[in-house]
Amino acid sequence: MKDGDVILIEAPKLSPAERLYVPQILQGMSVTLRHMFARKATLQYPEQKRVPRVENYRGVHRLNRDEQGRVACVACFMCETICPAHCIHIEGAEAPWPDREKYPIQFDIDELRCIYCGMCEEACPVDAIELTPIYDPVGLTREEMIYDKEKLLEVYDRTKGMKPRKNPKITGYPETGNREQRSGETKGD
Amino acid sequence: MFDWLTTQPGFSVLLMVTMMVVILTSVAYCIYFERKISAWIQDRIGPNRVGPRGLLQPIADGLKFLLKEDITPAGADRPIFMLAPMIIFVVSLIGFAVIPWGGRITFANGNSVILQVASLDVGLLYLLAVASLGVYGVALGGWASNNKYSFFGGMRAAAQMLSYEIPLGLGILVVVLTSGELRLEHIVAGQQAGAWNLLLHPLAFGMVVVGALAESNRMPFDLAEAEQELVGGYHTEYSSMKFALFFLAEYAHMITSSALLVALFLGGWELVPFGWWLALHVPGLGWLGWINDSTHWSAGLVRLGMVYGKICAFIFLYMWVRWTLPRFRYDQLMRLAWRALVPMGLGLVILVGVLVYLDRAISFWAPLGNLVVVLLVWRMLSLRPVRVTGRQAGLPAV
Repeated sequence: MKDGDVILIEAPKLSPAERLYVPQILQGMSVTLRHMFARKATLQYPEQKRVPRVENYRGVHRLNRDEQGRVACVACFMCETICPAHCIHIEGAEAPWPDREKYPIQFDIDELRCIYCGMCEEACPVDAIELTPIYDPVGLTREEMIYDKEKLLEVYDRTKGMKPRKNPKITGYPETGNREQRSGETKGD
Repeated sequence: MFDWLTTQPGFSVLLMVTMMVVILTSVAYCIYFERKISAWIQDRIGPNRVGPRGLLQPIADGLKFLLKEDITPAGADRPIFMLAPMIIFVVSLIGFAVIPWGGRITFANGNSVILQVASLDVGLLYLLAVASLGVYGVALGGWASNNKYSFFGGMRAAAQMLSYEIPLGLGILVVVLTSGELRLEHIVAGQQAGAWNLLLHPLAFGMVVVGALAESNRMPFDLAEAEQELVGGYHTEYSSMKFALFFLAEYAHMITSSALLVALFLGGWELVPFGWWLALHVPGLGWLGWINDSTHWSAGLVRLGMVYGKICAFIFLYMWVRWTLPRFRYDQLMRLAWRALVPMGLGLVILVGVLVYLDRAISFWAPLGNLVVVLLVWRMLSLRPVRVTGRQAGLPAV
């Protein structure tokens, strides 16, 4: 290190009036007093909540319903396979409906184990499982936080308005996940 | 029995019990107000869930402290470990014995009592002596924890408290010289007949406020706790009720020093300075004289309320200052005490001595003299060159 590399920075010289420090203290105290009577920035949760998160926020899962109100999942097990935390447990069975082969009779997601990565949403070929903007699920026990099929469908019923389904058609497999489909445009059908 | 209560000994016992309850509750609610005021200053709302507007929060805190596990570190000096928080809590509470809460009241059966637990003719000296014993609690607490950092914090706290005893004592000496008494109720009566000492000696008032802040280890003088540096300083190793005692002792010390300030500088229970003049000369303000002089029990209660209200105002001031100012560094703190406050204190004592000799103690010469002392010491300090030491000695002069 050469002498030229060192730059001496002098502290700014205080005038004699400033060196007494009392005016600065009083000025600081007036600032604090002003803040004491200003509007507070606190939100009283849970009575007041923030503006809901953006639509593609990765919160609690939901199982979508199709237009007829049936569960949209076809029990293909893709989400269970890809889940990094192994928190999805599905049991498939023969569907009672003519236009579908399988459907899940048991669909459990352990919301406490989930890492909210969204891989299940990406993997689903029929856009049955989606992550909603609900960021604050609460429960009193661990068992309560394992959401079963009914609970997940109920989440759907609650968040239908908050976040519409990506692709309403369930049987149009090649066009899943494509947002333009919602407005009716198709690409090379 | 009711007759015994109207005599001074009985009434003192009653007042002592009542004020203990009031003050211990105030100390507990200091916690609540500290959190609320600090929250408001920081643009947030403090605790508001426990009870209406959070008013039951101290009870929740107290329960928490009682139910926590009480840990004594291995190798700690057990008797002293247990004793240290008790020392500091007790000494800050027994100082209330000599505070004048109200003047004289007369009962229906002819007895008259003063609203003061003990009227000692060395009352002020007793209060100072007792408050100084708090240093033992802090230093012993740091030592007994068997922890280097606690010990360090305890030593720093002891040095700080000792250094600030001197400006505190010199400021109080100014008041004693002005009124010629050590009896607190006579000092209060003297202020009500003359002028508040706050107006006569603003510099002494400032010095006693600073000394009181430093005595109770309160920001900006709380480097003994210095959460960012020493974890907890002298109270790191304490848990549950012992920690609560240290914590509450800080607030109790604040209340004691506020009470002392009210009695010494703000004329006790008088509503406005020069109240005696206003009551005589301004029509419609005769009730000011009634508050001061009446011996009816309702007037006594009003006076008690006035003193308590002023104490609350001081506590608000302390909390306001805490959440505004950054902490002093240790050398800055020592420099402030020894190089700024002690010369000012000595100058003030000389000034007041001269004024008392010339029989001009209560006049406009007093605040003028205060101003002169401030200017003198300030110019002297500014003109002295700052010595560079150590590594800075090799650098070119700034």
